Amino acid sequence: MTEIGLGHYLTLGAVIFSIGVIGIFLNRKNIIVILMSIELILLAVNINLVSFSIYLGDLTGQVFTLFILTVAAAEAAIGLAIIVVYYRNAGTIRVEEIDKLKG
Amino acid sequence: MLAHAIFFYVFSIIAVISAIMVTVSKNTVHSVFFLILDFISISCLFIMIGAEFLGMIMLIVYVGAVAVLFLFVVMMLNVAQQKNQWFNSESTTSSHIPVGLIISTIIFFELIIVVGGWKYKPELSNPNTTQSSNEISNTHSLGQVLYTDYIHIFQISGMILLIAMIGAIVLTFRRREGLKTQSYLKQISRERSEGIEVLEVQSNKGVKIDD
Repeated sequence: MTEIGLGHYLTLGAVIFSIGVIGIFLNRKNIIVILMSIELILLAVNINLVSFSIYLGDLTGQVFTLFILTVAAAEAAIGLAIIVVYYRNAGTIRVEEIDKLKG
Repeated sequence: MLAHAIFFYVFSIIAVISAIMVTVSKNTVHSVFFLILDFISISCLFIMIGAEFLGMIMLIVYVGAVAVLFLFVVMMLNVAQQKNQWFNSESTTSSHIPVGLIISTIIFFELIIVVGGWKYKPELSNPNTTQSSNEISNTHSLGQVLYTDYIHIFQISGMILLIAMIGAIVLTFRRREGLKTQSYLKQISRERSEGIEVLEVQSNKGVKIDD
């Protein structure tokens, strides 16, 4: 219990990943919260990579965490830009009203 | 080791609770604040287990840039009063909620089974100290790897950021009507003949300008 090993960090990553997936599924009103859930999922992946990197003594995981940070920042910027443009055109960003594709 | 355990549980419980609050919070601004709290506690965990550089970068990038970007968009789009209500059952399109819950719990238990089923080598129970023993800091060793072995991926990630910046600007750029601007092409391509005209002025007659 007082010995924190690799499994504890992996469990934390799994919990946060599942919360992110639940957030994507459950959210019906607001697409910005879906973007935040995607950020949570990427955070969980980062936790896994960093804990493996620390416990195995290999720096590759931390390097790849840096690249994941880069891609996550780019994704947030592009996604928010798309949301702004959609709000300007359609006047709403509620998830159930975004049905132009009739999917 | 006990302090390590205490700090791990404190930070991870804060992280999990704030992650739950991100998804269930009714106000979107509160969701962004809980996202900030989540990133701060996770970066504290990173600093605690020895990845100081990533913890600091996480603070700078997420709390400093991404969360502020989210706050900007939330406040600009006026969604704060569009309540994030997924609990009320008046809508008929809520049939995907139990499916989502089932799929998420299945994913969670699969991950837990995978993690719990491993047999860890005994030296994995505490952080590997081969890199911190030879008095090189985490930032130093990361830089030594990043600028030599991974230099091409590093450059490509820079290109990704540049393309994302250009894409965001192009997407949100809008030319407004009725704005008085300079036309550089018209200014540069103006000829002398259409600007001035040389006239022979006869004395006591004057010049008649016709326009």
